Amino acid sequence: MSNDTTSRQSWWQRIAHPGQFVAWTTPLLMPLAILTAVLFVVGLWFAFFNSPEDYQMGDTVRIMYVHVPNAWLSQFVYAVITVSALGTLVWRHPLADVSMKAAVPLGALFTALALFTGALWGRPTWGTFWEWDGRMTSTLVLLFIYLGIIALWRAFDDQLRAARVVAVFTLVGAINIPIIKFSVDWWSTLHQPASVFVPGGPRMPLSIQIPLFLMFFAFTFLFLVLHLKAMHTEIKRRRVMTLQRKLAQRATP
Amino acid sequence: MSPFMAMLRRELRLALRGGGDVLILVLFFMIVGAIVPFAVGPDQTLLASIAPGIIWIATFLAMLLGLERLFRPDHEDGSLILLRQAELPLSAVIAAKLIVHWLVSAVPLLLASPILALLLAIDVPAFGRTLVSLALGTPALAAFSAIGAAVTVPIRHGGLIAPILIAPLSVPVLIFGVSAITSPQSGAATLFLAALSVMAVALTPFVAAFAIGSAED
Amino acid sequence: MIDLGPHAVFIIWAYIGVLISVFDVIAWTLFDARATARQLATLEACNPRQRRPETAA
Repeated sequence: MSNDTTSRQSWWQRIAHPGQFVAWTTPLLMPLAILTAVLFVVGLWFAFFNSPEDYQMGDTVRIMYVHVPNAWLSQFVYAVITVSALGTLVWRHPLADVSMKAAVPLGALFTALALFTGALWGRPTWGTFWEWDGRMTSTLVLLFIYLGIIALWRAFDDQLRAARVVAVFTLVGAINIPIIKFSVDWWSTLHQPASVFVPGGPRMPLSIQIPLFLMFFAFTFLFLVLHLKAMHTEIKRRRVMTLQRKLAQRATP
Repeated sequence: MSPFMAMLRRELRLALRGGGDVLILVLFFMIVGAIVPFAVGPDQTLLASIAPGIIWIATFLAMLLGLERLFRPDHEDGSLILLRQAELPLSAVIAAKLIVHWLVSAVPLLLASPILALLLAIDVPAFGRTLVSLALGTPALAAFSAIGAAVTVPIRHGGLIAPILIAPLSVPVLIFGVSAITSPQSGAATLFLAALSVMAVALTPFVAAFAIGSAED
Repeated sequence: MIDLGPHAVFIIWAYIGVLISVFDVIAWTLFDARATARQLATLEACNPRQRRPETAA
């Protein structure tokens, strides 16, 4: 962080100041929230009233409209956390660990929802809530990694130190996730020569694509809004902790 | 004597001085393996078919049990700070620790596995494959243990968190490890297992050193 | 309401579960934001008061 070039700071450096970041992004919150709500309303309307049943899945295709966005977010959020972890370790950006801390619980929630909706889709389609197929199993492992990160973070007292250690573990996870995915896929095809229906396969009719895309963007914007709001809260929480520490220091001597 | 060899000797001596540790690890491995038949029933064919899985689970749990030893004592008596300032880079120190950890926590399990194989009714060719797969897979488990231990050193009760972190990372090891014994594609699984171990062992010293370094400053 | 076919239960429960979770996480985010903001406000309010007797003494 160089303070000497105040006149020609890049936006990157300018948002590095937490207070500035809050001031800059607060006006964004309300429009984004409204956009999310509109997307949800339109998406749900399409999902229930304006899309046909799939010729193969019947009405259960409607579960896909909430399942696919959650499954996408479970991986997208991990990508966000990974980039934030790089931000913490490589660039030492002060907001990166705030972003990481705000995103992890959201990622865990979306992953859990992907599993939940997947199970409810699997019951009518495969005849069982849980199938040890490649997708579901690697999503379950991803959920364990998220929960592990949360547990690791909560175990630390010192938040700044926690951020760096969690960032290292997050990167280890990021390297490992493709390996886990590969091994689980290999394993599940080994045990059952898969003939699983692949959602989003070769060619979906437009009437199914429209609600899918709407819900996809609705959930993605939902994540962005919640992430931003949680980052603001986290920044305030850090200020609270600093003030409390100051108060305690003043009280002791 | 080179610093690396000195480090190896120090670690080995420390690990073997409390000889009870190794014995407890082997005992734990045996007991986990031997308690399964009580839970699933004494059916010989069933036991033989799930035996590779049992042996791998017992190995996995036993190696989780021993990971506290990697950095915790050095962290508590302050020698970890000294080691960070040593001439030898921290990653080399951790590589030495990793080698010793594998020697004292995986090799005893390998030596004890014939008894477990006998109890679980594994035939001889399958047992040969079991030994190969354990020998190839345990380095990766040791490496993941080292990462888990390094990440949780600063936490006072890190021992409970490390297994939660390590278990998801170890999924590929268990998959390829058991497949190398039982599956029709055991050749491919063995190669994958070896590749995984090579990669994990090569990267772990740097990752663990980085984790310890970033927690301290 | 449209006819959801023989598997209506699963579809409805999937949506109900997602809705409950999404509402909960939104509510929690807002609650957490309010609580932290209030905490910060009280701390900032009592901070100068704390400083004044020190400088006076």
